[in-house]
Amino acid sequence: MTLLHGVGKLKVTLFITCIVDMFQADVGKATVELLERLGCEIEFPMGQVCCGQPAYNSGYVEESKDAMKKMIATFENAEVIVTPSGSCATMFKEYQHIFHDDPIWRPRAEKLASKTYELTEFILDVLKVEDVGARLDGVATYHPSCHMTRLLGVKDAPMRLLKNVEGLSFEPLPNAHNCCGFGGTFSVKMGNISEQMVDEKVDSAEMTGADFLIGADGGCLMNIGGRIERRGKPIRVMHIAEVLNSR
Amino acid sequence: MAMKIGEGKFKDNVNENMQDTFMRGAVAGAQERLRTRRLDAAEELGNWEEWRSHGEEIRKHVLDNLDYYLHELAENVQKRGGHVYFAETADEANAYVREVVNSKNGKKIVKSKSMVTEEIGLNQILEEEGCEVIETDLGEYILQLDDHDPPSHIVAPALHKNKEQIRDVFAEKLDYKLTSKPEELALHAREKLRQEFLTADIGITGCNFAISESGSISLVTNEGNARLVSALPKTQITVMGMERIVPTFEEFEVLVSLLTRSAVGQKLTSYITALSGPRQDGDADGPEEFHLVIVDNGRSKILGTEFQSVLQCIRCAACINVCPVYRHIGGHSYNSIYPGPIGAVLTPLLGGYDDFKELPYASTLCAACTDACPVKIPLHELLHKHRQVIVEKEGRAPISEKLAMKAFGLGASSNPLYGAGSKMASTVMKPFTKDGRISNGPGPLKTWTEIREFPAPNKERFRDWFKEHESGGVKK
Repeated sequence: MTLLHGVGKLKVTLFITCIVDMFQADVGKATVELLERLGCEIEFPMGQVCCGQPAYNSGYVEESKDAMKKMIATFENAEVIVTPSGSCATMFKEYQHIFHDDPIWRPRAEKLASKTYELTEFILDVLKVEDVGARLDGVATYHPSCHMTRLLGVKDAPMRLLKNVEGLSFEPLPNAHNCCGFGGTFSVKMGNISEQMVDEKVDSAEMTGADFLIGADGGCLMNIGGRIERRGKPIRVMHIAEVLNSR
Repeated sequence: MAMKIGEGKFKDNVNENMQDTFMRGAVAGAQERLRTRRLDAAEELGNWEEWRSHGEEIRKHVLDNLDYYLHELAENVQKRGGHVYFAETADEANAYVREVVNSKNGKKIVKSKSMVTEEIGLNQILEEEGCEVIETDLGEYILQLDDHDPPSHIVAPALHKNKEQIRDVFAEKLDYKLTSKPEELALHAREKLRQEFLTADIGITGCNFAISESGSISLVTNEGNARLVSALPKTQITVMGMERIVPTFEEFEVLVSLLTRSAVGQKLTSYITALSGPRQDGDADGPEEFHLVIVDNGRSKILGTEFQSVLQCIRCAACINVCPVYRHIGGHSYNSIYPGPIGAVLTPLLGGYDDFKELPYASTLCAACTDACPVKIPLHELLHKHRQVIVEKEGRAPISEKLAMKAFGLGASSNPLYGAGSKMASTVMKPFTKDGRISNGPGPLKTWTEIREFPAPNKERFRDWFKEHESGGVKK
């Protein structure tokens, strides 16, 4: 890894995720601007598609392998991969287990895993920055995403960064540990259960009186945000990249 | 009633149970209490992760050497004068117990809590023989009185009932005239049950762990009822799942430490009993005759498969107490006496996919279960494995889903396809889009938009913006 503070720039290869690419371009832009401000040079391989998670989690392991191989090949030459999604980062790390019995793809998948970072983890652990110099006025509450906290193990980084955002105060989200009910295809396959889960999440957010609900995963935010909009609640859903990029 | 508790379809059960706002309130409240207590108890013990690893190691070791420990256990039970019966199926187990009961001319049977006897439907068999079977665990007693309402939780079987509902059951069935105060209800049950203990012919217990080095069985309770079931009747029958063994008391201590903390957040329960066969010379109490029924009922078929780790389970329900799906649908929706994440993994293995293929999908794979499990069963991974088996080996997925996933596989691995699809998305979705959102989506978006707004695809995708950005033409 070439980290040359003051001399050159750290080259970061961005894995933007298909959700951000298609539906949340603003989150992608914020991610780029934030990382550039922190001294990174951003590269975006156009060959990237989807990490395969929707099909994989539904049990279609074979159907999802081509997408995984495509991603492994696309990011082969990256030095550091950063993604604004705990869930998709987890998936990149999962490839090595999926290709466990494959002598060609396993080592390539292991390499991919070893250089993949979720955005907040990267800022804190690699760039060693805890205050990104952001400013946002209001009250926020934070929803910790399941895959990011439990599977990727990134638990504290988002809040450590967020508490240095000037003007922003925090109210704890009741039952924050409970899943928002997204779960990929679960959100439509078990739509009635998903609805109850996301409703509880929205109710909890409302109880805090916060202006912003902040999260670090596009899927969860699409779910919670979509329900907040449907119910007409005055809470703005923001991705952490957008918050950290606020000035 | 056996493992399967009803004929309803999963979807119908869910829709019905989600209407039960009382049940949902009770479950949510219980989850919060039990989760907090478990976390506090784990913190107080310290080094929780090491304890978990140790617990996992013990359970794995036993499962990898199960034949050895079953043999040792059986030998040691027999050495102390107990009888051991290996039942391959539920029917065999039930037939054996029935024979023992009949040979003793047993009419009244008291039982302590046992999930495996629920699994094999033992009570019904004995009742058909004309026996009176009395559940003495308070929760099970309430359910039995309430016309055999099935358990909705493996540790707190009557979790779905509140004290007012319990008072009503007591009033109707026991001519109870007092209030819904838990103390008064418990005292009343206690008085009723005391008579049953004193007049029972046979005691039937479950078994938390059997200790193979001494041929002992152990019972972990807070009510002391299992102690009476095993001390008073002349004949005791203990029914256990074949995997519930620990080699020695040393491992027993580790697993009990994990069990009581994970189940109810206690350092110890009020009663932890280890019983070694029938009454010996000089013993003050204990049964004259002791039978140990070791039940397979599909477990040995799980051994050696990718699902083996599910047999590590010590039935603490920690996974159930953190499951956000169980929280809303309650235990009865699973249609199995084993609900929640552990039930969604175990039930299809024991009962087959015909009846239970929806259960592995009743999860967001949020991994709260895996995190909570004191013996580190990777529950969310096993749920995912089930899905893979259902799709790839069993071919049971709906055709429309298969086609969609095939299309996904193609689209997600091909740049021209993904490129064209994602670029066109905004245009294709335009008729459905208003104010940047889709409220009434077509096809696969229909269910999503029945519940929530769906964002309109960006006209300018991130990658389009980045191309310009890279070339210096930053758009504001």
